[in-house]
Amino acid sequence: MPQWGIETKTRASRAFLSVAAIVVAAGIAAPLFLSRSTIQDLFFILTMLVLAQCWNLLAGYAGLVSVGQQAFVGFGAYAMFACVSLAGFDPLIAIVLGGVAATLLSLPLGFFVFRLQGAYFAIGTWVVAEVVRLLLAQWRALGGGTGTSLPNTATRDMWAARLVADLLGVRSAQALDILTYWLALLLACLTMGFIYWLLRTRQGLGLAAIRDNQEAARSVGVDAASLKWAVYVSVAFVTGVCGALIYVQKARISPDAAFSVIDWTAYVIFIVVIGGIGTLEGPIVGVIVFFLLQNTLADYGSWYLLVLGLIGIGVMLFAPRGLWGLFTDRTGIQFFPVRRRLVKRQEDASTDALQGGRDG
Amino acid sequence: MPVLELRDVSKSFGALKVAQGISFAVENGEALGIIGPNGAGKSTLFNLITGNVTLDAGSITFDGNDVTRAAPMKRCAAGLGRTFQIPQPFSKLTVFENLLVAAGFGSSATETEAVGRCADILVETGLVEKANATAGSLSLLQRKRLELARALATDPKLLLLDEIAGGLTQGECAALVNTIRAIHARGVSIIWIEHVLHALNSVVERLLVLDFGKVIGIGAPDEIMASKDVREIYLGIEV
Ligand SMILES: Nc1ncnc2c1ncn2[C@@H]1O[C@H](COP(=O)(O)OP(=O)(O)OP(=O)(O)O)[C@@H](O)[C@H]1O
Ligand SMILES: [Mg+2]
Repeated sequence: MPQWGIETKTRASRAFLSVAAIVVAAGIAAPLFLSRSTIQDLFFILTMLVLAQCWNLLAGYAGLVSVGQQAFVGFGAYAMFACVSLAGFDPLIAIVLGGVAATLLSLPLGFFVFRLQGAYFAIGTWVVAEVVRLLLAQWRALGGGTGTSLPNTATRDMWAARLVADLLGVRSAQALDILTYWLALLLACLTMGFIYWLLRTRQGLGLAAIRDNQEAARSVGVDAASLKWAVYVSVAFVTGVCGALIYVQKARISPDAAFSVIDWTAYVIFIVVIGGIGTLEGPIVGVIVFFLLQNTLADYGSWYLLVLGLIGIGVMLFAPRGLWGLFTDRTGIQFFPVRRRLVKRQEDASTDALQGGRDG
Repeated sequence: MPVLELRDVSKSFGALKVAQGISFAVENGEALGIIGPNGAGKSTLFNLITGNVTLDAGSITFDGNDVTRAAPMKRCAAGLGRTFQIPQPFSKLTVFENLLVAAGFGSSATETEAVGRCADILVETGLVEKANATAGSLSLLQRKRLELARALATDPKLLLLDEIAGGLTQGECAALVNTIRAIHARGVSIIWIEHVLHALNSVVERLLVLDFGKVIGIGAPDEIMASKDVREIYLGIEV
């Protein structure tokens, strides 16, 4: 009698685990040997990675193509500002509260946009994001349409920033950059860890089924509606936290910037699409390519957007599964394998993978 | 007690009446065949029973409970399994994962039980060699087997089969009939829509004939096949 079992790990993923541990360790140590501007760049990359992973989960797995994620970035950021400037909270706590606020916002917004299908869903998410922006632009205490800055003392007197300043012997402005960078690194690790964990649970398998064929998924007992809601709400939380963190670092907010569809959704979609939608690896590749392009093309003004658009269209036409898809199709390598492979465990305890799988 | 009972079920797509006052019952452990010309509304009837299409009027009772307004997932959890006439695999998932979804969400099996059960079903339906291949890479024939296998993984009380024998060779068809007989022998009730009558008649105990959304006959296969109406409708289709 053969004993059946499941296997998800691959040789590449085991090797990757050690590489990832080294990368994260290097990331933690980075402020010790990298310049302040490089740390700011890394902060940007990490926060964009978080937003991209969120959008990827939303669109690539739950099939919810939102172009209104700036609603949660902006709302999380404004909630953080309100907590710090008006209520005197520590910015660290305010970041989490920004996430909570975004989560609360996602309930009424979801109630509205979930009634819409396909393209109408996308348009709906964008419209409600605009409505939220217009409403917050009325909030005089936070600068109305022109925006406001975080009180200097709030960020300088943060116990964590002071700790970093004392520890590394740097000035307070630099300490704030290092602190927010570390938080971004933590947020990126937690987000990817959460998504990877989710995809490997039963619910993750249900999400993949919905992505492939919603009608069939419903017919085999998958609660598509609840799963989509859960994804929408948890993505709103992470996006809100990320928005709040970004604006602790920027220390200045305005409705147009915080609710920018280009910065917080268009770029994010670009990252996911060129990297490879529906994979955890894709957004990592995408954000690196995006950052390199942005740096090379920074001097060309509006040409920059044009080139980004052309590259995006090119990838969609010739490599619809993105750069990572191109790579993994050729090599079969996956760093975050979610495949559940059926294996036969023989009496002598050796495992014998069945034929047909090709991810090595 | 019947496992499934339909009372006066009606449905229209615009002006097209695809179900007109359909009433019938399937006894526990029974196998019922459904025949009827193309476009008669057979697949739509399945969609009404599973809840993929909502009905305009009438009621449906499954296993003693009124499921007329229940969502497809609820009916699946209650023990209603189905195949789609045009296979609807989760194409980026593997064959094994397709079954795992069904067992994980549609049946009460624990995760460890599910693995063994899915593997056994793959063996029974002849798909075990393809277990770790993506469903999108399967041939049409294999996709039809996957439909059956996935429906079985939900551990159904009542299994709805929609034309799964079309296009098979004689040998393959005989193997399929054996598989379905074995499933039936385990006590699973079956409703089977099929144009391949000899296969159908070697399994089912009763036949239902559907035409223009109406039940025009239900009874023992011999009687039904001998009736004049049915012969007329089926003229030109293999008997
Ligand atoms: N969702 C829908 N919207 C509109 N019309 C539909 C829909 N589904 C089915 N129909 C129409 O309803 C009629 C019955 O279709 P159905 O698929 O139930 O027939 P069938 O008996 O299964 O036929 P076949 O033997 O070809 O499978 C057909 O004319 C079909 O075009
Ligand atoms: Mg049909």
